[in-house]
Amino acid sequence: MRRWLLPGLLIAGLIGVWQLAASSGALADALDLDPILVPSPGEIAEALWENRSLIAENAWVTLQEILLGFLLGLALGLGFGFLLRPFETLRLTFYPLIVASQAIPIIVFAPVLVVWFGYGIGPKLVVVALVCFFPIAVATADGLRAVDPEAIKMLRTLDASRRQLLWRLEAPTALPFTFSGAKIGVTFAPIAAVFGEWVGANSGLGHLILQDNAQLETARVFAAAAVLSAIAIGLYGLLALAERRVVTWR
Amino acid sequence: MRQDTKMPTAEASEFEAAGALPASGGGVGVGVAVAVRGLAHSYGELRTIERLDLEVPANGVLGLVGPSGCGKSTLLELIAGLQEPSRGEVALGEGVDPDARLARCAFMPQRDLLLPWLSAIDNAALALRNRGERRGAARRRAGQLFERFGLAGFEGASPAELSGGMRQRVAFLRTLVAGKPVLALDEPFASLDAIARAEMQEWLARALGAAPRTVVLVTHDVEEALYLCDRVVVLSARPARAVAELGAPAPRAGGRDEVITDLEFVALRERALHALREGSR
Repeated sequence: MRRWLLPGLLIAGLIGVWQLAASSGALADALDLDPILVPSPGEIAEALWENRSLIAENAWVTLQEILLGFLLGLALGLGFGFLLRPFETLRLTFYPLIVASQAIPIIVFAPVLVVWFGYGIGPKLVVVALVCFFPIAVATADGLRAVDPEAIKMLRTLDASRRQLLWRLEAPTALPFTFSGAKIGVTFAPIAAVFGEWVGANSGLGHLILQDNAQLETARVFAAAAVLSAIAIGLYGLLALAERRVVTWR
Repeated sequence: MRQDTKMPTAEASEFEAAGALPASGGGVGVGVAVAVRGLAHSYGELRTIERLDLEVPANGVLGLVGPSGCGKSTLLELIAGLQEPSRGEVALGEGVDPDARLARCAFMPQRDLLLPWLSAIDNAALALRNRGERRGAARRRAGQLFERFGLAGFEGASPAELSGGMRQRVAFLRTLVAGKPVLALDEPFASLDAIARAEMQEWLARALGAAPRTVVLVTHDVEEALYLCDRVVVLSARPARAVAELGAPAPRAGGRDEVITDLEFVALRERALHALREGSR
């Protein structure tokens, strides 16, 4: 009860204060802005409802980018974690490169991707995958290193082959780590998708936000941002649920 | 944690009934099951074992007692084929090279190391599954032993739901189900409290009495070694060598309380402790 009620009350309270401050004009006065630039939650909800098909269309585009990009990042992250696991030299060789890949500011890199891959879904997938890949790869690699060497010995005397060690011991040990990495990745994915859209797109929530902001459609900017957050929270929730169903031993 | 269910006081014959314990294949039924000759081992500069000779007859139970960090566990890993000696050799029956030793020896580590993502029965059946047996068949075979091990009804339990003693019994079951002629036990009961440990010792004595196996038991507990083993070798501090060899009072038939309070047993225990103290210097 307390887990849901208290944060729920807090959020409701914050929205209420915002509503009062915005609709009375106090917030706009304080920020020295035209009231149209400072929408109240009611106005945002109205914008969301009135533009529901426009927002849904664009949200679907962004959701596809997020999901496919995440899956690509997941595949790459798992591949890195598992394939480099038996080859310590390879792992050490690749590790700095992978850390460096995160140091590249995406905002700098993204325009180049547009030049390379055009205005389609390609560059967005690359950006999202790049962002998701890192936490998943590092977490999976750490998870595989957390395998108990005593358990390996025990299983070897029980006639386990290399492959059986992987599936019976190493993969289940790494799984909770991979989930943690995936949960971090999936919360960054929507931001990455918006980045990808900002440097060149003709649809998607990021594209819509950029256009609306230029046209001072502030309420719709907030509405699109709310949908984007909902997507992030929803995906995180789905992953957390999947984790609870799969990792029953924790 | 659940209360430890008491081991049913099964008659010895019950262990043998209906093929309760898997046959120990591998042709080490007679003669010398484990032979350690001129064994030495070191990790780089660190010498762990020097000049060690041991022999365990088939179905014999050898205890290895020594001070902490004396290389007992290393010795057990050498026997099990998990490590290679620097000098000398270890033979399990006919098997000398590591793969042959691995094929003949099942290893029970100090911690139970039950895999938390598998149920008790799937943990017990691991060796069968590794050899390609189907899940259903492997569970049936491992399941036959659950009742005799006082684990009936806990087949589907996750390891976290079991008491310390029960976890240790599942771990022992897992070692036994592997059907290897030699069992290497590394401080199997060290993690248990005094009461559970005494119960488990009594239980293991009965299980071994009913279905004899060749066992090498490492422990730092002199009393445990003398109670469970036919012969006890006391090792010195690192680098380990044998400082005393004691024949334990044969048949372990009696209850633990009677055996360990027997005067002969007490005298033997004092001798072992004395040797242990001398060897630790």
